[in-house]
Amino acid sequence: MSGKTLYDKIWDAHHVSRDANGETILYIDLHLIHEVTTPQAFAGLRAARRPVRRPDRTLAVADHNIPTEGQALGVAAVADLEARAQLQALERNVADFGIEFFPMGDPRNGIVHVVGPEQGRTQPGMTIVCGDSHTSTHGAFGSLAQGIGTSEVEHVLATQTLRQMKSKNMRVTYTGTPGPGVGTKDYALALIGKIGTSGGTGYVIEYAGEAVRALSMEGRMTLCNLTIEAGARAGLVAPDETTYAYLMGRPSAPKGGAWEMALGHWKTFVSDPDARFDSEIAIDVATLAPTVTWGTSPQDVVDIEGRVPDPADFEAERAEAIRRALDYMGLEPGQRIDEARIDRVFIGSCTNSRIEDLRAAAAIAKDRKVAGHVRAMVVAGSGLVKDQAEDEGLDVIFREAGFDWREPGCSMCLGMNPDRLAPGERCASTSNRNFEGRQGRGGRTHLMSPAMAAAAAIAGHIVDVRTLA
Amino acid sequence: MTPFTRLDAKAAPLDVANIDTDQIIPKQFLKTVDREGLARGLFYDMRFDTEGAAKSGFVLDDAAFAGAGMLIAGDNFGCGSSREHAPWALLDFGIRCVISTSFADIFYNNCFQNGLLPIALPRDQVKALMGEARGGNHVFSVDLEAQTVTSPSGQVFAFEIDPGRKEKMLKGLDAIGETLQAAGDIADYEARRSLDQPWLEVAA
Ligand code: SF4
Repeated sequence: MSGKTLYDKIWDAHHVSRDANGETILYIDLHLIHEVTTPQAFAGLRAARRPVRRPDRTLAVADHNIPTEGQALGVAAVADLEARAQLQALERNVADFGIEFFPMGDPRNGIVHVVGPEQGRTQPGMTIVCGDSHTSTHGAFGSLAQGIGTSEVEHVLATQTLRQMKSKNMRVTYTGTPGPGVGTKDYALALIGKIGTSGGTGYVIEYAGEAVRALSMEGRMTLCNLTIEAGARAGLVAPDETTYAYLMGRPSAPKGGAWEMALGHWKTFVSDPDARFDSEIAIDVATLAPTVTWGTSPQDVVDIEGRVPDPADFEAERAEAIRRALDYMGLEPGQRIDEARIDRVFIGSCTNSRIEDLRAAAAIAKDRKVAGHVRAMVVAGSGLVKDQAEDEGLDVIFREAGFDWREPGCSMCLGMNPDRLAPGERCASTSNRNFEGRQGRGGRTHLMSPAMAAAAAIAGHIVDVRTLA
Repeated sequence: MTPFTRLDAKAAPLDVANIDTDQIIPKQFLKTVDREGLARGLFYDMRFDTEGAAKSGFVLDDAAFAGAGMLIAGDNFGCGSSREHAPWALLDFGIRCVISTSFADIFYNNCFQNGLLPIALPRDQVKALMGEARGGNHVFSVDLEAQTVTSPSGQVFAFEIDPGRKEKMLKGLDAIGETLQAAGDIADYEARRSLDQPWLEVAA
């Protein structure tokens, strides 16, 4: 018998029971909740008179629809009445069911996928769920972290378990050393470009190889975050010394003797050397260039020296899809991607709003100016990231360069709050989805790394960061 | 949940690949605290202009497809955000079955929580069904017990479905109620875990 993968091990360790149809009841260690995908779940609990089984394993934040200014005022800062009602519903629900909550304005609040790791709640070997697809982010710690829908949120609140069929195992091995200007965002976009947005459907992806081992926790989170854009529900990186060093001393990390005990447990969560994967992919990061998206799907990638596709070079069906995307994006067939003039820049989102991301962007912005026609904004992932950036003087660098320094939240990643693109505006964005209308109806999103987005802000068009650095 | 056994309905063809949940229901409709009333947001950007006036030409607004109960869509339907508002909006509009070559995992799962049947078929079969759906006013039949789709011309295609999901759909079972029958197993698991991993018992 061959060995077990990391995914197999986490799965087995959380197996509660299995029903006649082969569905497993999987125990959930940590449940993160936010205002947008929970009101109907709490309504369901009330209607059935069910309590929350483990409020102590549940944490709530306010992130998706909050404004990025005036947060100290609390919900009074929220002009949109529907958004305000949703935030008030969350406040009421956490109070009624005894769940811990970091409200808007609390420095610990921020994007749910930034907060969990930052507080040390996300730990190796755990099962984690949240009513948000980018829950995959937490897999960077070697935890099985999955996005769920609202009915499943209600199921987890009521039972602290999830009913599931097991996925298949895929391993993506990144080898080599990256060239200048190339980072994890490029690793992830290259993978999505290669296997497509449904290439990972039905799989859990484990990231391995020397290029992954060399990454910081922030880099690993970016990689796992984007796993969902490749269609896989969860991404995993086995924990190692980098993971433990990140966790040590965090508010919710175990302390003293408990730390030693936890460490022994965590170290078992690695794939066995003889484990078999259902699918294997290898990418040499030395071959990658800074990468951006040109179209309306994260698989529409092009390297910065490249050109957008020409529908004439493709068979009918694909050509039609490309034509539709180019038309929406306002690009000419075959044009150079670095000639696309931008109007807006968004540095933020659960993909790239951590301190390392802000440092990378600030390094490019330092002593330079945002192009006159560009409106650029930086939105830290949490209040604590914002505070740290301010301690390091990054806010001053950004402000002096002409960036708008905002308060934390999801912001223009999905534009549920007032931060959004106007129709036709083109945006260099560090977020994760370039779907039609994602950042505002008619808005045109190009996904790229924080350094590339900062470079685009300076140049006023998409540009190769290596020419600026 | 309403049981799903059989559906005889018109099917609307939507020949676009990678329809994501942002397109199925855009963000401005996610601020609700209810499950109902989301039909007004379904495929909003495809159906209405920026002023909110109806655009012409969208298949679900075509009289020939009025009352359609099925949707036949391009590859990789439902990718993107985990919003369950997507199946809620489809159901609220009257769609009880979506046929495609593939579905994104979270969307697929969300459908089963709500009695919306997602059917994955090979591409040539999806194309054949889409061809027959064009023009409207034809009735397609889905038989969940037999796991078949029958086209207006009588072509019969068999589909796969996980037996557990099938049973829950057929009976309209409540997953939470079912899991709570295993409450004893859950308590046993928690008791074991509190010994093995005591650090997780300290308030997070
Ligand atoms: S930052 Fe964007 S992708 Fe991440 S949780 Fe918020 S809305 Fe979702």
